[in-house]
Amino acid sequence: MAAVKHQTMILVVSKLLLFLAALLPLGFIVTDVLAGRIGPDPGQAITERLGLAAFQFLLLTLVVTPLRQITGWSGWLRLRRMLGLFVFFYACLHILAFLQLLVGWGDLWATFTQRPYIIAGASAFLLMVPLAATSTKAMMKRVGRGWKPLHRLIYPAAVLVWVHFLWQARSDITEMVIYGSVLFVLLLLRVYWFGLTTLIPLRRR
Amino acid sequence: MLIKQRPSWVLPESEVTPKSIYLNRRKFMTGAIASAATLAVPGLLHASDTSSDLKALDYRAAPEYSTDEKKTPLDDVTAYNNFYEFGTGKGDPAKYAGEMSVDPWSVEVEGECERPGRYALEDLLKPHDYEERIYRLRCVEAWSMVIPWVGVPLAAVIKQLQPNSRAKYVYFETLHDPKQMRAQRSLFSTVEWPYREGLRMDEAMNELSFLAVGLYGEALPNQNGAPIRLVVPWKYGFKSIKSIVRIRFTEEQPKTSWEMLAPSEYGFYANVNPEVDHPRWSQKRERRLPSGILRPNWIETSKFNGYGEQVAQLYKGMDLSRFY
Repeated sequence: MAAVKHQTMILVVSKLLLFLAALLPLGFIVTDVLAGRIGPDPGQAITERLGLAAFQFLLLTLVVTPLRQITGWSGWLRLRRMLGLFVFFYACLHILAFLQLLVGWGDLWATFTQRPYIIAGASAFLLMVPLAATSTKAMMKRVGRGWKPLHRLIYPAAVLVWVHFLWQARSDITEMVIYGSVLFVLLLLRVYWFGLTTLIPLRRR
Repeated sequence: MLIKQRPSWVLPESEVTPKSIYLNRRKFMTGAIASAATLAVPGLLHASDTSSDLKALDYRAAPEYSTDEKKTPLDDVTAYNNFYEFGTGKGDPAKYAGEMSVDPWSVEVEGECERPGRYALEDLLKPHDYEERIYRLRCVEAWSMVIPWVGVPLAAVIKQLQPNSRAKYVYFETLHDPKQMRAQRSLFSTVEWPYREGLRMDEAMNELSFLAVGLYGEALPNQNGAPIRLVVPWKYGFKSIKSIVRIRFTEEQPKTSWEMLAPSEYGFYANVNPEVDHPRWSQKRERRLPSGILRPNWIETSKFNGYGEQVAQLYKGMDLSRFY
């Protein structure tokens, strides 16, 4: 009984800490704006930083399974939903900032369909919408056996986000190579542990 | 006899606060603010020292070549730069360009001219008087600034070097020294260093082409291309090559860095042109910096960045969507 309580405590505390930590990227942006450190092109800076935060949280959600495999603690899984919702949160803010602070709300269709890198980013976002929508316990029950394969959509979404990032490089791609390598290793680990078909979304095993 | 009369509003030199002192005051103030901020939010601050030992320049204003648009503040001009030798982040040049030493500096002049050789920067500039020109600068990334440059017309320097009749183009190179320029050490840079730029001879001789050695009345900060850089205001900013160490007169059109990197995106001419989009984004508008947070400072982009009167004739009969 005490052990169970202890476990719950750990989980509650880690969730709380994670929640606060996940707000840090937003907090840094806000303090930089308030302190006048955001620079002369704030729309660009804010949009980029929100997008990068979304990508970083996406990679973190993909770290959860390897962490469980390595440490054997299944509590990690309980943190994944929050991480995933933060990916969606930062992706939404990123798109809102892009529209409000950079390009404006006129002719949305043209905005999202004319440039390949934006098509990649927008597609990644669209793939994540059903994942966020089915994240609650009630929805998990309703979707049932299809939930797991559905949520494998995160793999193509992650690759699209990376492409979205890469296509914005003008010359030095060091950052893109680093993020790409991390993603590659995380995907490879899944293939190693569970086989290639794990990466295929919407297919039941 | 000529008696120099001093208007009543002129302060004698002795009463002006020496520059070193007021710069120190400023430094003290930013230091004080910075330490307060660091106390509040530790680890957030990376101090970027922009204007510690810049020297003031003597120059005359050239209003005939200057716009009266609102100037972009000095702090923005020196904190927001593209100078990929120091990193691709806009703040990287301000952070790392201090690792470059610009004194002494020499420029190698070569190719189709009567006066080739290695020139100490002072010798190259000695025959000329400095003037200040307030130009618009339009970056290919769709932002723009208004900057008061101090320098000399490029045409005057070129005449001094006496190009011969075979000189059809002039080619420039930026310093290549990975020890001083950290991003030149990057493994994943796709730029083939040194950075290269070029102009057709008639473009170079155009009255607008300018070699800047300063901005806002002081020597160029390193991140803005110290000690000498090109400024061609009707072209996208990347044509205005920084920290020049080589000038070569050539018969053939030289290869330029961005053209080598992505020929479908960047051409040799790179004239500002709202009618020709960059493949990845529109060039119809630009954000004039500083831009607001909730209301971005969008303005319409003008052909030749508004300098058509001076330069449009250079491109008569050329299809500018082909020669972009």
